[in-house]
Amino acid sequence: VNVPNPHDPNQNAPTIRLGQIAHARSGDKGNHANIGVAAHTHEGYEYLAAHLSAERVAEFFAGLSSSRVERFELPNLDALNFLLYNALDGGASRSPRIDTQGKLLGTAILELPLPSPAPERLAAMQPEAPSQRPA
Amino acid sequence: VPLDVSQPLRIGNAAGFLGDWLDAPRRMVESTPVDFLTLEYLAELTLSILAHQRAKNPEHGFARDFLDVLQSIAPALARQRQLHVVTNAGGMNPLACAVAASRLLVAAGLADVRLGAVLGDDLLEHFDQLSAAGCDWRHIETGDPLPVDRSQIASANAYLGAAPIVDALAQSARIVITGRVADVSLTVAPALHRFGWKWDDWRRLAAASVAGHVIECGAQATGGYSVDWRDYPLANVGYPIAEISLDGSVVIAKTAGSDGAVNRRTVVEQLLYEIGDPRNYVTPDVTVDFTTILLDQLGDDRVGLGAFSGKRPPDSFKVSLAYRDGFTASGQLLVFGLDAVEKAHRAAHIILDRLRSIAMQPARYHVELLGAGDAVPQVSQSASFQSASFQSASFQSASFQSTSLQSATSPPVSPRREAERSRRCTELILRITAFDADRAKIERFTKEIAPLATSGPAGLAGYAAGRSSVRPVLAYWPASIPKSLLKPHAVVRSAREWIDRQGAAQ
Repeated sequence: VNVPNPHDPNQNAPTIRLGQIAHARSGDKGNHANIGVAAHTHEGYEYLAAHLSAERVAEFFAGLSSSRVERFELPNLDALNFLLYNALDGGASRSPRIDTQGKLLGTAILELPLPSPAPERLAAMQPEAPSQRPA
Repeated sequence: VPLDVSQPLRIGNAAGFLGDWLDAPRRMVESTPVDFLTLEYLAELTLSILAHQRAKNPEHGFARDFLDVLQSIAPALARQRQLHVVTNAGGMNPLACAVAASRLLVAAGLADVRLGAVLGDDLLEHFDQLSAAGCDWRHIETGDPLPVDRSQIASANAYLGAAPIVDALAQSARIVITGRVADVSLTVAPALHRFGWKWDDWRRLAAASVAGHVIECGAQATGGYSVDWRDYPLANVGYPIAEISLDGSVVIAKTAGSDGAVNRRTVVEQLLYEIGDPRNYVTPDVTVDFTTILLDQLGDDRVGLGAFSGKRPPDSFKVSLAYRDGFTASGQLLVFGLDAVEKAHRAAHIILDRLRSIAMQPARYHVELLGAGDAVPQVSQSASFQSASFQSASFQSASFQSTSLQSATSPPVSPRREAERSRRCTELILRITAFDADRAKIERFTKEIAPLATSGPAGLAGYAAGRSSVRPVLAYWPASIPKSLLKPHAVVRSAREWIDRQGAAQ
């Protein structure tokens, strides 16, 4: 699915959803949100390491008003971990949001648009069976 | 019977929070022989809720779900000599929990079973002495001083480590009931007890801690909360079992004959869950480096983990403190129709105008239009979500006008954005959340939702559930305390002795 990426200066460049090459899970650390992103393959991890920067994640979640986003690399697990500081508007006890603990962010980040790799590279980033359908 | 340390120790976790699936522990022990069943009930703020319950009734203040679970596994405890239970169900009252559990065991004919209660995590009863001893309760991250005095603190508990649980096991406890203990220490302690590892064997302590981290949230390691939810059934989801060996290798498995899955994907998702800085995952027993761990799919629903590394943990325990910080309530209404977004803003406006007119406006409020993209602020409005969900939508634009509703916490309402989503959304849940130091203002807020049924715009429903309840706000404040100031310990007695001596001093 190629959709226009509003963040890209070249609005017509083809993009993919992060969810095509990775899966994710999120939760809270006090008032901070923690989002783990794991690539389906090692090729996908290298692509994420190059394109899924802390800045890119901060921009995607601008609505959370995080004070800072930090990225940690776990090449042993083909994964990145993101800490979004003060993203939960008070955290589990005080956040007025329905998602007080940031549990939805792992599902949301799968819709983050990334520049589309060449088709043969994309194939090497996608999971084998069972099928990985768009969430 | 001497324990065979050549066999892996099997630790299954069948509760990941207070409210988790009540049948999971019974299904696990009935179908899969485990040496230890762990049950994890305490999230960051659960203790302050339990403290509130204990204040109202000195026999309460623990996770009562545990009693239902214990009842359901009592037959297995009677039949399976190897089966032990380690749980933090004690919450704010491990002694009362031990007595209640003992009553149940005696009734089930298990009066000789030994129960250990782990004590020493509750800091509130010694708060002034600890303060005098130099504990300053500063925020563990910001260094800020605690903004309230003693009278506003609802609970203060240290995250204890494995030591007092090992102490209880060494005294032949088959059931160990703790208060605030680090979640992973529920797994580390049985391994330390079984294998006799040294307390500075950082690699093996890291192995058991990682195993504990993978299983501590229950089915989140076995296919629960996974993007692969279409790929396997979940109704009879298995809960995770860590098989830990003497040499510190770990295999993750699950309840035999169950739904769900254990594979690289389910285990990696849980490894990453809430870990923060993966090079410095701090527990009371060991600081773990997650960037060396390697995974290997060993077979169906079996994943091996290895290459662990850890180092000496800090000389202080983390403290979870909660203080009372006013009151809150949330009210909801279903809003239906082509102009649902505009109507929801108007409805919220009416509620807040009525409160303002009698000087009862809450100090802080937040408006969410659930179903119109507010569940994750702004993100679900992004191009990718729109194309996925709304490509075929062809609603006529409502003649939207901004009602300029703003709150202290919401981003400013953009008329253009509201007009855009108004075109796409024809039904939503309006959710308003209010905060104030004055309980009366929040009480009044909860009474202003239902009147819109007849005095607001047409197309509202969902008020039949009645007024929402007012909750005290408990602010979470992480701090730390030198380990040398605390003396965690365990009291171990048979079920019969717990009942005979209830009320007696520890």
